[in-house]
Amino acid sequence: MSTPEVSVIKMYAAREEIYPREIKGRYATLRWLCVWLTQLVFYGLPWLQWNDRQALLFDLGARKFYIFGIVLWPQDFIYLAVLLIICAYGLFLVTAVAGRVWCGFACPQTVYTEIFLWIERRIEGTRSARMRLDKQAWGIDKLWRKSAKHLVWGAVALWTGLTFVGYFTPVRSLIGAVASLGLGPWEWFWILFYSLATYGNAGWMREQVCKYMCPYARFQSSMFDKDTLIITYDTDRGEPRGPRSKKTIAPAAKAQGDCIDCSMCVQVCPTGIDIRDGLQYECIGCAACIDACNSVMAKIDLPAGLIRYSTDHAITKKWSFAQMQARVLRPRVLIYTAILALIISAFFVSLFMRTPLKMDVIRDRGSMGREVEDGMIENVYRLQIMNTDEARHHFKISVAGIDGIALASPDELDLEGTGSRAVPVRVRVAAGEGRPGSNKISFTLVATDHINQKVTEKAVFFVPRGAGHDEHDDHH
Amino acid sequence: MADFTSGFWNIFITVLTLLGVFGCGLLLWAQSRQQIVVKPGADGGIGTTGHVWDENLTELNTPMPRWWMWLFTITIVFALVYLYLYPGLGSYPGKLGWTSTGQYTEELKKADAEYGPLFDGYLKKDLKVVAADPQAHAIGERLFLTYCAQCHGSDAHGSKGFPNLTDRDWLYGGDPETIKTTLLHGRNGIMPPMGAALGSDADVANVAQYVLSLSDAPSDPIKRVLGQSKFAVCAACHGADAKGNQALGSPNLTDKIWLYGGSADTIMETIRKGRNNVMPAFQDFLGEAKVHVLAAYVWSLSNDPVAQK
Repeated sequence: MSTPEVSVIKMYAAREEIYPREIKGRYATLRWLCVWLTQLVFYGLPWLQWNDRQALLFDLGARKFYIFGIVLWPQDFIYLAVLLIICAYGLFLVTAVAGRVWCGFACPQTVYTEIFLWIERRIEGTRSARMRLDKQAWGIDKLWRKSAKHLVWGAVALWTGLTFVGYFTPVRSLIGAVASLGLGPWEWFWILFYSLATYGNAGWMREQVCKYMCPYARFQSSMFDKDTLIITYDTDRGEPRGPRSKKTIAPAAKAQGDCIDCSMCVQVCPTGIDIRDGLQYECIGCAACIDACNSVMAKIDLPAGLIRYSTDHAITKKWSFAQMQARVLRPRVLIYTAILALIISAFFVSLFMRTPLKMDVIRDRGSMGREVEDGMIENVYRLQIMNTDEARHHFKISVAGIDGIALASPDELDLEGTGSRAVPVRVRVAAGEGRPGSNKISFTLVATDHINQKVTEKAVFFVPRGAGHDEHDDHH
Repeated sequence: MADFTSGFWNIFITVLTLLGVFGCGLLLWAQSRQQIVVKPGADGGIGTTGHVWDENLTELNTPMPRWWMWLFTITIVFALVYLYLYPGLGSYPGKLGWTSTGQYTEELKKADAEYGPLFDGYLKKDLKVVAADPQAHAIGERLFLTYCAQCHGSDAHGSKGFPNLTDRDWLYGGDPETIKTTLLHGRNGIMPPMGAALGSDADVANVAQYVLSLSDAPSDPIKRVLGQSKFAVCAACHGADAKGNQALGSPNLTDKIWLYGGSADTIMETIRKGRNNVMPAFQDFLGEAKVHVLAAYVWSLSNDPVAQK
């Protein structure tokens, strides 16, 4: 702690190394659970197969996203946008209720830092051993420990980068290509870029990412209110702090608070703050200090919870847990929940009602509407038909909107899986049908070998003025 | 590159850009050397720099992390390297000489290298064989929709002034090689204005009635006979039997196929004012190999390629 005196600083300060102490406890276990869960999903997903292809593959080159049974095309980009909105609202809701639990338990920055810290501890030792190692002069011991650490970090980072690219290039062939150094320049770039980002962020930058880079850390305060769960130090119970001997443990004598100033909560903090100074923006809500304090309280036979999850209201108004709980369902939370539920249900309903069939109707502009044999009026269209399903289908085209309107070109076609084709079609109407000018019609495409695959698109049919009577009128 | 009409703007932009970059660097350098006296806070906590705005807003003594400074430095270096390699300073083309046209040409070359062998393979084959190839047909259809559909329509049925390619009537000949020649070198079909050569308006009307009668369309019997005597002028191109001449591209007048319309009015307009039809040449634009595939596709529109293989 700096002493309160006038000091001279520079505008740019070097980062001070933080040596978080390893801590075991309820929340540490929970965080490791999150690490395992998220990383099993991240490292494992690209290896799953589905229909003889990678189950999850974002094929940017072919502009097709394969997500298990679904193939999304660029036209389905809205789903990605909605998915991002759902994630954002989910984050808002969780933050309003429980503060920065995302930051503390599931954020990739936290997760990878946790993994990298674990490696660091296995190689360089405990907090005090690491502090000693950093101070000591370079020697064999320091050299091998440091290089081993960076080697392992690098290996984990490389695998992470490889996995990341595996979402965009089939991972099985990617591994082979890496082994034979046969990757394309972009694959190299992204593998190395993502590896370097993992290595740099989780190994070197750590809390700097949360404090200076993360945009979420900057606007999360707008989702906080006095009923949001935060990690708090119970000042009334803890102060005045100070070391105590067995003799001074006299609960009645309030000359001393429960905090023995052991500084464990500061030592375990990954961002290097003192939670006893109150809520700070650096606090990522990881609850390491809660685990630390509770273990100390257990040792000195005092109740746990000197540092605990609580709310601003609960602390200042001395609410019980039940009273605090009663405030969870406040308007802000209800509104967030309602909006989230609405978006999620709309998302899934539209995803399941989505037909894997798309059609764009493009009217030929070269000829407006022409007269053909028997005085029929003919219009030409180009149908861009996309079969986004993975199976080959047989399709039938029909047209409606004017009495007797019919196709004058083949109305059936085959289209292979995830294929697209532009089909020129001619549509005819008998003379006298429809009114001069544009008429609203619609094209319907149906897969004859598969139920519920049907798409209808609007179009315009043009009947020339004076058509069917006398050609002269056309040229006046 | 003559983007600027005056050399002044070239210098203006260059100087302004470089001043901006170096200015940022200078500011960063000056700031990194500056030292601030920090007074302790009122409660002995976080101190302030002593700056106060709007009555009570104070600047805390939390300096930026030094890696930020390095990021700024890297950004400045990147900017300078970029401006050296790529165009960005007035009319300076950059060390790499990059242009958007150059990149387009390069990508075109890459595409040609990738797909060229496919087209070259077809080029070696006879047009009728290519026409019977399903893959070549699909490629031809796509090429047609991209390059030909604007005039001839997506269904190749044409429209007024643009020939229908699906009937078996051809202005210049319908065998595959002739179609390919048409696509490669283009055609310029001219029907000169014949009003003056024929004589009076009545003569034009009479000839029009005769032309109508050639394809058994209803026509005025008297005018038809009067027009027949004047038809000799037309026979030079369309032939005495009015069956046209594919060497000249003059249409057959005895079928019921009309490029501009088969009404008496339209025929009279054609006779009086003439027609001028241009089919552009595609050899330079698409290259012979693509035209080969296209010609096979166009021929197949009015012929069954599998039967004639």
